[in-house]
Amino acid sequence: MAALIQLDVVTPKGAIVSEQVEMVTAPGYTGVFGVLANHAPLLGTIKVGTLVYKKDGQDEMMMISGGFCEVSNNKITFLVESAERGAKIDADRALRAKERAEKRLAKVVVQKEKVDRARADAALQRALARLKAAGQRQAS
Amino acid sequence: MPSLKDIKNKIGGVTKTAQITRAMNMVAAAKLRGAQSKMEAFRPYAEQFHAAMAKLSTGTDDNLFPLMEVREVATVELVVVTSDRGLCGSFNANILKMAQKTKVELESVGKKVSVVCVGRKACNYFRKTGLMRKGYVDIMGTFQMFNARSIAQDCAANFLIGEADEVKIIYGRFHSLGVQRPEVITLLPIKPGASDETVQGAYIYEPSQEEIMGVLLPMFVNVMVYRAMLEVSASEHAARMTAMDNATKACKDIVNNLTLIYNKTRQAGITADLMDIVGGAEALKG
Repeated sequence: MAALIQLDVVTPKGAIVSEQVEMVTAPGYTGVFGVLANHAPLLGTIKVGTLVYKKDGQDEMMMISGGFCEVSNNKITFLVESAERGAKIDADRALRAKERAEKRLAKVVVQKEKVDRARADAALQRALARLKAAGQRQAS
Repeated sequence: MPSLKDIKNKIGGVTKTAQITRAMNMVAAAKLRGAQSKMEAFRPYAEQFHAAMAKLSTGTDDNLFPLMEVREVATVELVVVTSDRGLCGSFNANILKMAQKTKVELESVGKKVSVVCVGRKACNYFRKTGLMRKGYVDIMGTFQMFNARSIAQDCAANFLIGEADEVKIIYGRFHSLGVQRPEVITLLPIKPGASDETVQGAYIYEPSQEEIMGVLLPMFVNVMVYRAMLEVSASEHAARMTAMDNATKACKDIVNNLTLIYNKTRQAGITADLMDIVGGAEALKG
Protein backbone atom coordinates (compact mmCIF):
# COMPACT_ATOMS: atom_id res chain seq x y z
CA MET A 1 0.00 0.00 0.00
CA ALA A 2 1.43 3.28 -1.07
CA ALA A 3 1.49 6.26 1.25
CA LEU A 4 -1.67 8.34 0.99
CA ILE A 5 -2.34 12.03 0.64
CA GLN A 6 -5.55 13.82 1.53
CA LEU A 7 -7.18 15.33 -1.56
CA ASP A 8 -9.80 18.06 -1.27
CA VAL A 9 -11.49 19.72 -4.20
CA VAL A 10 -13.56 22.69 -3.10
CA THR A 11 -15.73 24.91 -5.30
CA PRO A 12 -18.12 27.74 -4.45
CA LYS A 13 -20.89 25.16 -4.73
CA GLY A 14 -19.40 22.94 -2.06
CA ALA A 15 -16.74 20.31 -1.59
CA ILE A 16 -16.66 17.89 -4.52
CA VAL A 17 -13.99 15.44 -3.39
CA SER A 18 -12.50 14.73 0.00
CA GLU A 19 -10.56 11.48 -0.10
CA GLN A 20 -7.30 9.77 0.74
CA VAL A 21 -5.56 9.09 -2.54
CA GLU A 22 -2.24 7.76 -3.77
CA MET A 23 -1.42 10.28 -6.42
CA VAL A 24 -2.81 13.47 -7.95
CA THR A 25 -2.07 14.86 -11.39
CA ALA A 26 -3.28 18.35 -12.18
CA PRO A 27 -2.94 20.97 -14.92
CA GLY A 28 -0.72 23.63 -13.39
CA TYR A 29 0.34 27.00 -14.63
CA THR A 30 3.49 25.76 -16.34
CA GLY A 31 2.20 22.33 -17.24
CA VAL A 32 0.78 19.16 -15.80
CA PHE A 33 2.31 18.20 -12.47
CA GLY A 34 1.95 15.21 -10.20
CA VAL A 35 1.80 15.15 -6.42
CA LEU A 36 2.54 12.13 -4.25
CA ALA A 37 2.27 11.75 -0.51
CA ASN A 38 4.52 13.96 1.62
CA HIS A 39 5.09 16.44 -1.14
CA ALA A 40 6.88 19.67 -0.26
CA PRO A 41 4.58 22.67 0.40
CA LEU A 42 3.41 24.20 -2.85
CA LEU A 43 1.12 26.95 -4.00
CA GLY A 44 0.21 27.25 -7.62
CA THR A 45 -2.44 28.39 -10.02
CA ILE A 46 -4.51 25.86 -11.92
CA LYS A 47 -5.72 26.00 -15.48
CA VAL A 48 -8.84 24.46 -16.97
CA GLY A 49 -8.24 20.80 -17.55
CA THR A 50 -8.54 17.32 -16.18
CA LEU A 51 -7.48 16.31 -12.74
CA VAL A 52 -6.52 12.69 -12.33
CA TYR A 53 -6.18 10.97 -9.01
CA LYS A 54 -5.26 7.43 -8.22
CA LYS A 55 -7.16 5.63 -5.54
CA ASP A 56 -6.80 1.94 -4.76
CA GLY A 57 -4.82 1.55 -7.96
CA GLN A 58 -7.67 3.01 -10.02
CA ASP A 59 -7.40 6.25 -11.94
CA GLU A 60 -10.29 8.66 -11.46
CA MET A 61 -10.70 11.63 -13.75
CA MET A 62 -12.48 14.87 -13.18
CA MET A 63 -12.85 18.16 -14.92
CA ILE A 64 -11.72 21.30 -13.12
CA SER A 65 -11.69 24.91 -14.18
CA GLY A 66 -9.37 27.68 -13.13
CA GLY A 67 -8.30 28.33 -9.58
CA PHE A 68 -5.37 27.45 -7.42
CA CYS A 69 -4.06 24.62 -5.33
CA GLU A 70 -2.18 24.33 -2.12
CA VAL A 71 -0.07 21.46 -0.82
CA SER A 72 0.95 21.36 2.81
CA ASN A 73 1.17 18.84 5.63
CA ASN A 74 0.39 15.91 3.34
CA LYS A 75 -2.80 17.55 2.18
CA ILE A 76 -3.60 18.86 -1.26
CA THR A 77 -6.44 21.34 -1.63
CA PHE A 78 -7.82 22.61 -4.91
CA LEU A 79 -9.85 25.79 -4.85
CA VAL A 80 -11.43 26.02 -8.27
CA GLU A 81 -14.40 27.73 -9.83
CA SER A 82 -16.03 24.49 -10.84
CA ALA A 83 -15.29 20.80 -10.80
CA GLU A 84 -17.13 17.74 -12.00
CA ARG A 85 -16.41 14.09 -11.58
CA GLY A 86 -15.97 12.22 -14.82
CA ALA A 87 -18.86 9.91 -14.01
CA LYS A 88 -21.24 12.83 -13.60
CA ILE A 89 -20.44 14.61 -16.83
CA ASP A 90 -23.06 14.67 -19.52
CA ALA A 91 -20.88 13.81 -22.52
CA ASP A 92 -23.52 14.78 -25.09
CA ARG A 93 -23.96 18.16 -23.53
CA ALA A 94 -20.22 18.71 -23.43
CA LEU A 95 -19.99 17.70 -27.08
CA ARG A 96 -22.68 20.19 -28.02
CA ALA A 97 -20.91 22.86 -25.99
CA LYS A 98 -17.69 22.08 -27.80
CA GLU A 99 -19.33 22.42 -31.21
CA ARG A 100 -20.99 25.64 -30.18
CA ALA A 101 -17.72 27.07 -28.92
CA GLU A 102 -15.92 26.04 -32.09
CA LYS A 103 -18.55 27.72 -34.22
CA ARG A 104 -18.32 30.88 -32.16
CA LEU A 105 -14.55 30.82 -32.41
CA ALA A 106 -14.71 30.51 -36.17
CA LYS A 107 -17.01 33.50 -36.27
CA VAL A 108 -15.07 35.79 -33.98
CA VAL A 109 -11.87 35.22 -35.89
CA VAL A 110 -13.53 37.21 -38.63
CA GLN A 111 -14.85 39.90 -36.33
CA LYS A 112 -11.66 40.03 -34.32
CA GLU A 113 -13.38 40.76 -31.09
CA LYS A 114 -11.06 40.04 -28.28
CA VAL A 115 -13.54 39.59 -25.44
CA ASP A 116 -15.78 37.21 -27.37
CA ARG A 117 -12.78 35.27 -28.45
CA ALA A 118 -11.50 34.87 -24.94
CA ARG A 119 -14.90 33.72 -23.76
CA ALA A 120 -15.40 31.26 -26.57
CA ASP A 121 -11.89 29.98 -26.04
CA ALA A 122 -12.54 29.44 -22.36
CA ALA A 123 -15.81 27.66 -23.15
CA LEU A 124 -14.01 25.41 -25.60
CA GLN A 125 -11.34 24.58 -23.06
CA ARG A 126 -13.97 23.64 -20.51
CA ALA A 127 -15.87 21.51 -23.00
CA LEU A 128 -12.71 19.70 -24.03
CA ALA A 129 -11.74 19.06 -20.43
CA ARG A 130 -15.21 17.69 -19.73
CA LEU A 131 -15.10 15.43 -22.76
CA LYS A 132 -11.72 14.11 -21.76
CA ALA A 133 -12.86 13.40 -18.23
CA ALA A 134 -16.03 11.77 -19.50
CA GLY A 135 -14.22 9.78 -22.18
CA GLN A 136 -12.29 7.85 -19.59
CA ARG A 137 -15.51 6.56 -18.11
CA GLN A 138 -16.73 5.23 -21.44
CA ALA A 139 -13.43 3.55 -22.14
CA SER A 140 -13.33 1.71 -18.84
CA MET B 1 -71.03 51.25 17.41
CA PRO B 2 -70.22 49.63 14.05
CA SER B 3 -73.00 47.69 12.43
CA LEU B 4 -72.97 43.91 12.21
CA LYS B 5 -72.29 44.04 8.51
CA ASP B 6 -69.24 46.29 8.96
CA ILE B 7 -67.72 43.94 11.47
CA LYS B 8 -68.36 40.96 9.28
CA ASN B 9 -66.64 42.67 6.34
CA LYS B 10 -63.68 43.51 8.50
CA ILE B 11 -63.34 39.94 9.71
CA GLY B 12 -63.37 38.79 6.09
CA GLY B 13 -60.68 41.28 5.17
CA VAL B 14 -58.36 40.40 8.02
CA THR B 15 -58.78 36.69 7.30
CA LYS B 16 -57.68 37.31 3.72
CA THR B 17 -54.64 39.23 4.92
CA ALA B 18 -53.75 36.35 7.19
CA GLN B 19 -53.92 33.99 4.21
CA ILE B 20 -51.50 36.18 2.28
CA THR B 21 -49.02 36.53 5.13
CA ARG B 22 -49.15 32.80 5.76
CA ALA B 23 -48.41 32.13 2.09
CA MET B 24 -45.54 34.61 2.18
CA ASN B 25 -44.18 32.89 5.24
CA MET B 26 -44.14 29.57 3.40
CA VAL B 27 -42.53 31.06 0.30
CA ALA B 28 -39.85 32.65 2.47
CA ALA B 29 -39.25 29.32 4.18
CA ALA B 30 -38.72 27.59 0.84
CA LYS B 31 -36.44 30.33 -0.42
CA LEU B 32 -34.52 30.34 2.82
CA ARG B 33 -33.74 26.67 2.39
CA GLY B 34 -32.22 27.36 -1.01
CA ALA B 35 -30.25 30.38 0.15
CA GLN B 36 -29.03 28.66 3.26
CA SER B 37 -27.78 25.59 1.44
CA LYS B 38 -25.95 27.82 -1.05
CA MET B 39 -24.40 29.72 1.81
CA GLU B 40 -23.33 26.57 3.58
CA ALA B 41 -21.90 25.10 0.39
CA PHE B 42 -19.87 28.22 -0.12
CA ARG B 43 -18.49 28.37 3.39
CA PRO B 44 -15.73 25.73 3.02
CA TYR B 45 -14.52 27.47 -0.12
CA ALA B 46 -14.36 30.82 1.60
CA GLU B 47 -12.62 29.35 4.63
CA GLN B 48 -10.00 27.50 2.61
CA PHE B 49 -9.46 30.65 0.63
CA HIS B 50 -8.88 32.66 3.78
CA ALA B 51 -6.46 30.03 5.08
CA ALA B 52 -4.50 29.93 1.84
CA MET B 53 -4.34 33.71 1.69
CA ALA B 54 -3.05 33.83 5.24
CA LYS B 55 -0.30 31.37 4.42
CA LEU B 56 0.57 33.07 1.20
CA SER B 57 0.79 36.54 2.65
CA THR B 58 3.11 35.65 5.50
CA GLY B 59 6.57 36.76 4.54
CA THR B 60 5.46 39.11 1.79
CA ASP B 61 5.76 42.82 1.86
CA ASP B 62 2.23 44.20 2.19
CA ASN B 63 2.87 47.30 0.21
CA LEU B 64 4.05 45.30 -2.76
CA PHE B 65 0.49 44.74 -3.91
CA PRO B 66 -1.74 47.66 -4.71
CA LEU B 67 -4.79 45.92 -3.29
CA MET B 68 -3.10 45.49 0.08
CA GLU B 69 -1.61 48.94 0.28
CA VAL B 70 -2.47 50.79 3.46
CA ARG B 71 -2.83 54.47 2.74
CA GLU B 72 -3.63 57.57 4.68
CA VAL B 73 -7.42 57.43 4.77
CA ALA B 74 -9.19 60.44 3.30
CA THR B 75 -12.12 58.80 1.54
CA VAL B 76 -14.02 55.77 2.70
CA GLU B 77 -16.35 53.82 0.51
CA LEU B 78 -19.20 51.90 2.05
CA VAL B 79 -20.69 48.97 0.20
CA VAL B 80 -24.16 48.59 1.66
CA VAL B 81 -25.81 45.27 0.91
CA THR B 82 -29.55 44.97 1.55
CA SER B 83 -32.37 42.99 0.04
CA ASP B 84 -34.40 44.08 -2.97
CA ARG B 85 -37.75 43.69 -1.29
CA GLY B 86 -39.25 44.82 1.94
CA LEU B 87 -41.76 43.13 4.21
CA CYS B 88 -39.04 41.49 6.22
CA GLY B 89 -39.33 43.24 9.54
CA SER B 90 -36.56 45.54 10.65
CA PHE B 91 -33.87 43.66 8.72
CA ASN B 92 -33.12 46.28 6.08
CA ALA B 93 -33.76 49.13 8.47
CA ASN B 94 -31.10 47.75 10.80
CA ILE B 95 -28.51 47.54 8.04
CA LEU B 96 -29.33 51.04 6.87
CA LYS B 97 -29.19 52.38 10.40
CA MET B 98 -25.77 50.83 10.80
CA ALA B 99 -24.66 52.33 7.49
CA GLN B 100 -25.95 55.74 8.49
CA LYS B 101 -24.20 55.54 11.85
CA THR B 102 -20.91 54.52 10.26
CA LYS B 103 -21.26 57.32 7.75
CA VAL B 104 -21.89 59.93 10.43
CA GLU B 105 -18.98 58.66 12.51
CA LEU B 106 -16.62 58.81 9.57
CA GLU B 107 -17.78 62.25 8.56
CA SER B 108 -17.40 63.57 12.07
CA VAL B 109 -13.68 62.81 11.92
CA GLY B 110 -13.39 64.61 8.62
CA LYS B 111 -13.41 61.72 6.18
CA LYS B 112 -15.25 61.76 2.91
CA VAL B 113 -17.76 58.99 2.36
CA SER B 114 -19.11 57.50 -0.83
CA VAL B 115 -21.61 54.69 -1.01
CA VAL B 116 -22.11 51.73 -3.31
CA CYS B 117 -25.55 50.23 -2.91
CA VAL B 118 -26.42 46.63 -3.53
CA GLY B 119 -30.11 45.86 -3.33
CA ARG B 120 -33.06 48.11 -3.97
CA LYS B 121 -33.63 49.13 -0.36
CA ALA B 122 -30.14 50.57 -0.02
CA CYS B 123 -30.48 52.36 -3.36
CA ASN B 124 -33.74 53.98 -2.34
CA TYR B 125 -32.26 55.09 0.94
CA PHE B 126 -29.08 56.64 -0.38
CA ARG B 127 -30.32 57.88 -3.74
CA LYS B 128 -31.15 61.37 -2.56
CA THR B 129 -28.12 61.90 -0.36
CA GLY B 130 -25.86 62.43 -3.34
CA LEU B 131 -23.31 60.06 -1.87
CA MET B 132 -24.26 57.09 -3.98
CA ARG B 133 -21.56 56.28 -6.49
CA LYS B 134 -23.17 53.18 -7.88
CA GLY B 135 -26.27 51.13 -7.31
CA TYR B 136 -27.11 47.56 -8.15
CA VAL B 137 -30.70 46.34 -8.04
CA ASP B 138 -32.37 43.05 -8.83
CA ILE B 139 -29.26 40.95 -8.43
CA MET B 140 -29.84 39.53 -4.98
CA GLY B 141 -32.13 36.71 -6.00
CA THR B 142 -29.91 35.13 -8.61
CA PHE B 143 -26.86 34.05 -6.56
CA GLN B 144 -24.57 34.54 -9.49
CA MET B 145 -20.87 34.79 -8.87
CA PHE B 146 -20.41 37.17 -11.79
CA ASN B 147 -22.65 39.75 -10.12
CA ALA B 148 -20.39 39.72 -7.11
CA ARG B 149 -17.42 39.85 -9.43
CA SER B 150 -18.58 42.99 -11.20
CA ILE B 151 -19.17 44.73 -7.88
CA ALA B 152 -15.80 43.61 -6.53
CA GLN B 153 -13.98 44.66 -9.67
CA ASP B 154 -15.63 48.04 -9.61
CA CYS B 155 -14.69 48.61 -5.98
CA ALA B 156 -11.14 47.40 -6.55
CA ALA B 157 -10.72 49.69 -9.56
CA ASN B 158 -12.02 52.61 -7.54
CA PHE B 159 -9.61 51.77 -4.75
CA LEU B 160 -6.68 51.46 -7.15
CA ILE B 161 -7.19 54.85 -8.77
CA GLY B 162 -7.26 56.40 -5.31
CA GLU B 163 -10.90 57.48 -5.25
CA ALA B 164 -11.31 55.51 -2.05
CA ASP B 165 -8.61 54.72 0.47
CA GLU B 166 -10.62 52.18 2.34
CA VAL B 167 -13.64 50.10 1.39
CA LYS B 168 -15.98 48.71 3.99
CA ILE B 169 -18.87 46.37 3.39
CA ILE B 170 -22.01 46.50 5.49
CA TYR B 171 -24.35 43.54 5.36
CA GLY B 172 -26.72 41.47 7.45
CA ARG B 173 -24.97 38.48 8.85
CA PHE B 174 -26.95 35.30 9.20
CA HIS B 175 -26.42 33.98 12.72
CA SER B 176 -29.46 31.77 12.98
CA LEU B 177 -33.10 31.62 11.96
CA GLY B 178 -34.03 34.14 14.60
CA VAL B 179 -30.95 36.33 14.67
CA GLN B 180 -29.56 38.41 11.84
CA ARG B 181 -27.25 41.23 12.76
CA PRO B 182 -25.76 43.97 10.62
CA GLU B 183 -22.00 43.81 10.44
CA VAL B 184 -19.22 46.00 9.06
CA ILE B 185 -16.06 44.46 7.67
CA THR B 186 -13.17 46.04 5.84
CA LEU B 187 -12.93 44.87 2.26
CA LEU B 188 -9.93 46.86 1.04
CA PRO B 189 -7.05 47.11 1.68
CA ILE B 190 -6.95 43.36 2.11
CA LYS B 191 -5.67 42.22 5.46
CA PRO B 192 -5.38 38.46 5.54
CA GLY B 193 -5.24 37.11 9.05
CA ALA B 194 -2.22 35.33 10.38
CA SER B 195 -1.99 31.66 9.62
CA ASP B 196 -2.46 29.34 12.56
CA GLU B 197 -1.06 26.33 10.76
CA THR B 198 2.69 25.93 10.68
CA VAL B 199 4.17 24.49 7.56
CA GLN B 200 7.48 22.75 7.43
CA GLY B 201 9.84 23.97 4.78
CA ALA B 202 9.44 26.78 2.33
CA TYR B 203 6.66 26.86 -0.19
CA ILE B 204 7.27 26.19 -3.83
CA TYR B 205 5.46 28.82 -5.84
CA GLU B 206 4.30 28.21 -9.33
CA PRO B 207 4.39 30.79 -10.91
CA SER B 208 6.12 33.29 -8.60
CA GLN B 209 4.59 34.36 -5.33
CA GLU B 210 3.93 37.83 -6.71
CA GLU B 211 2.08 36.49 -9.71
CA ILE B 212 -0.06 34.19 -7.61
CA MET B 213 -0.93 37.07 -5.32
CA GLY B 214 -1.78 39.17 -8.35
CA VAL B 215 -4.35 36.56 -9.36
CA LEU B 216 -5.62 35.69 -5.93
CA LEU B 217 -6.13 39.12 -4.42
CA PRO B 218 -8.90 40.20 -6.83
CA MET B 219 -10.48 36.77 -6.41
CA PHE B 220 -10.38 37.24 -2.68
CA VAL B 221 -12.41 40.43 -2.98
CA ASN B 222 -14.95 38.54 -5.11
CA VAL B 223 -15.21 35.87 -2.47
CA MET B 224 -15.86 38.41 0.27
CA VAL B 225 -18.51 40.26 -1.71
CA TYR B 226 -20.18 37.04 -2.81
CA ARG B 227 -20.25 35.79 0.74
CA ALA B 228 -21.84 39.00 1.98
CA MET B 229 -24.51 38.69 -0.70
CA LEU B 230 -25.27 35.10 0.23
CA GLU B 231 -25.52 36.03 3.88
CA VAL B 232 -27.90 38.87 3.11
CA SER B 233 -30.16 36.64 1.00
CA ALA B 234 -30.38 34.02 3.69
CA SER B 235 -30.93 36.65 6.39
CA GLU B 236 -33.59 38.38 4.32
CA HIS B 237 -35.66 35.24 3.96
CA ALA B 238 -35.23 34.31 7.59
CA ALA B 239 -36.28 37.81 8.65
CA ARG B 240 -39.27 37.68 6.33
CA MET B 241 -40.31 34.34 7.74
CA THR B 242 -40.33 35.74 11.26
CA ALA B 243 -42.08 38.94 10.21
CA MET B 244 -44.79 37.06 8.32
CA ASP B 245 -45.26 34.64 11.17
CA ASN B 246 -45.83 37.59 13.50
CA ALA B 247 -48.22 39.17 11.03
CA THR B 248 -50.24 35.96 10.77
CA LYS B 249 -50.44 35.76 14.55
CA ALA B 250 -51.52 39.40 14.81
CA CYS B 251 -54.23 38.75 12.21
CA LYS B 252 -55.54 35.85 14.26
CA ASP B 253 -55.70 38.05 17.36
CA ILE B 254 -57.60 40.74 15.49
CA VAL B 255 -60.05 38.20 14.09
CA ASN B 256 -60.65 36.83 17.58
CA ASN B 257 -61.33 40.31 18.97
CA LEU B 258 -63.61 41.20 16.10
CA THR B 259 -65.54 37.97 16.45
CA LEU B 260 -66.06 38.77 20.11
CA ILE B 261 -67.39 42.23 19.29
CA TYR B 262 -69.54 40.77 16.53
CA ASN B 263 -71.16 38.27 18.86
CA LYS B 264 -71.68 40.87 21.57
CA THR B 265 -73.33 43.22 19.12
CA ARG B 266 -75.55 40.45 17.79
CA GLN B 267 -76.51 39.45 21.32
CA ALA B 268 -77.29 43.07 22.21
CA GLY B 269 -79.53 43.28 19.14
CA ILE B 270 -81.42 40.14 20.13
CA THR B 271 -81.87 41.39 23.68
CA ALA B 272 -83.21 44.71 22.46
CA ASP B 273 -85.66 42.94 20.13
CA LEU B 274 -86.88 40.71 22.96
CA MET B 275 -87.38 43.72 25.22
CA ASP B 276 -89.48 45.32 22.50
CA ILE B 277 -91.67 42.23 22.13
CA VAL B 278 -92.11 41.77 25.87
CA GLY B 279 -92.85 45.48 26.31
CA GLY B 280 -95.49 45.34 23.53
CA ALA B 281 -97.14 42.26 25.05
CA GLU B 282 -97.25 43.93 28.48
CA ALA B 283 -98.85 47.03 26.96
CA LEU B 284 -101.56 44.96 25.22
CA LYS B 285 -102.37 43.10 28.46
CA GLY B 286 -102.96 46.25 30.46
